[in-house]
Amino acid sequence: MSRVLVGVKRVIDYAVKIRVKPDQSGVVTDGVKHSMNPFCEIAVEEAVKLKEKKFIKEVVAVSCGPSQVTETIRTALAMGCDRGIHVEVSGKDYEAMGPLQISKIFAALAKKEEASLVILGKQAIDDDCNQTGQMTAALLDWPQGTFASEVTIDGETVKVVREIDGGLETIKISMPAVLTADLRLNTPRYATLPNIMKAKKKKIANMKPADLGVDMVSRVEVLRVDEPPTRLAGVKVETVDDLVAKLKANGTI
Amino acid sequence: MLSLDSSRKTLGLCVSGCRSLSSLAELPEMHQMMRQTCRDYADRELGPIAGKLDKEHLFPAQQVRELGAMGVMAVEVPEALGGAGMDYLAYSLAVEEISRGCGSTGCVVSVNNSLYIGPILKFGTQKQKEQWITPFTTGEKVGCFALSEPGNGSDAGAASTLARQEGEEWVLNGTKAWITNSWDASATVIFATTDKSLKHKGISAFLVPMPHPGLSLGKKEDKLGIRATSTANLILEDCRIPLGNMLGSRGSGFKIAMQTLDSGRIGIASQALGIAQAALDCAADYAHKRTAFGAPIGKLQAVQFKLADMAVAVESARLLTWKAAMLKDAKKPFTKEAAMAKLAASEAATFCGHQSIQVLGGMGYVTDMPAERHYRDARITEIYEGTSEIQRLVIAGQLLKEYAS
Repeated sequence: MSRVLVGVKRVIDYAVKIRVKPDQSGVVTDGVKHSMNPFCEIAVEEAVKLKEKKFIKEVVAVSCGPSQVTETIRTALAMGCDRGIHVEVSGKDYEAMGPLQISKIFAALAKKEEASLVILGKQAIDDDCNQTGQMTAALLDWPQGTFASEVTIDGETVKVVREIDGGLETIKISMPAVLTADLRLNTPRYATLPNIMKAKKKKIANMKPADLGVDMVSRVEVLRVDEPPTRLAGVKVETVDDLVAKLKANGTI
Repeated sequence: MLSLDSSRKTLGLCVSGCRSLSSLAELPEMHQMMRQTCRDYADRELGPIAGKLDKEHLFPAQQVRELGAMGVMAVEVPEALGGAGMDYLAYSLAVEEISRGCGSTGCVVSVNNSLYIGPILKFGTQKQKEQWITPFTTGEKVGCFALSEPGNGSDAGAASTLARQEGEEWVLNGTKAWITNSWDASATVIFATTDKSLKHKGISAFLVPMPHPGLSLGKKEDKLGIRATSTANLILEDCRIPLGNMLGSRGSGFKIAMQTLDSGRIGIASQALGIAQAALDCAADYAHKRTAFGAPIGKLQAVQFKLADMAVAVESARLLTWKAAMLKDAKKPFTKEAAMAKLAASEAATFCGHQSIQVLGGMGYVTDMPAERHYRDARITEIYEGTSEIQRLVIAGQLLKEYAS
């Protein structure tokens, strides 16, 4: 049990108001504040915690995209990851990049790095796909513990408490495995100033998808992006009878 | 975002060509990361409680510990002594971001870093550094700086607190006034006259643990702003400390105080910038949301002119502050620039605090919005660590020296 791969995605910051491009091809990203996907932060924190508890020896942070993603990798290094891998994807390939391409890249890297665990955020806050973890596990034919709110390593197995619609489900899976982090798994640490200094010296390796034998061709084409419809003002009613009458009148019941 | 190569170049520019515009316009990657982590902390942990800390005069002990764990309580201290090992520019950014969340917490950070740790780092022996700095890097303990007296603030050379040697001890007697962090501190750097005949060359600096026999605290002052910090008199009555507690050489106290305040000015400038920025943020946000005459008030020129003036005041003070910090990091003279930074930033803070309330109108006057707290917090920055009037004297003095034939 030595190495964990953690995926980190650079996304538009959660606090930014999203605007659709005038040509409706996507959202405005130029000059907009970006940061690490919050679920990826939780994934990094879990990996670093496992290393601090001495279950694993090395945490490798991976991100796919143009040169700007090295910021995100460096934040992961400042949180305690040991080294980073930047898989360069830019231009049209980057715009079309989705869970299928990413999971192929992660599967190839997991084999190459001989990882015991791949830990990802459950989903990214920009596309909300919630697919990469599951696809990666399927491509590797590894067990998966998704929506994890608690992870315990016991020898060669992992006990995962999963948040599901009905409550909590506890499963036991063997390693190597893929885990995806849910909100309550942990509270990510702030990067400390000494760790930011140390992050400067940690290595980030560069590679291209072709180096891993991955083709970036997308099977999905985005036709149009629209703003959500403007929310109309609500109507206040005085009594339950009024409410029932109104719902009947507009055909809801 | 800078790549590693350009950030290395920029750092080089910082060191050798401090007047270079490009290094002032974009910060090196590490500094940007550091600024972001402090901003995240301030937004999530300080912003939500700042109002409560102010209303209830609460010292943010838990937050100070968390900031200590992040390295923010000892930014410039080398790692070997328990600090973050970063430069003064990083420290200035940290104080600004923390102050933007909570002006009082920014003050605690600044006093601990610049006024308490600063002189010990510069003038202390290795043993003194280990004893008096290392425990104060974690946020578990904070220090304070005792120069002002009831009889002299700006007139620092007239220190009437006395220190006499008795055998293997120094015995201190006198009163210090307006000491920030006093009720929460575990040690102080304190200035007392060892040779009255030498006037200001007869002042020496001492390290005194708190609490300590012979040292008592006056009542906590009820202040207009930065209410989460404690400010009180330090009363020394035959306070005995070992000879080894003298900081620097005998008679160098005034020099130590002045050099410490030079650096401290950059810290206070940064605190003022944070408060000014918070006031600007509040006003600009309100201008988007509040409608009057059928449109958001941000459409009105009167409001636009105010916001523009506030932004210019903050940004120009910020560049002055960064320049002073970069000069200090390059070990070049920075007295004039530090005074200019403190003057500009503190006046920007009071200006922005005032205009922010004006933009908010009635809402600015009530405690529901933070504008009134920024107005109150800003005011002290024009007074402590050298009043605006003293800053003008310092700047003029340096300037005239440059023009002397």
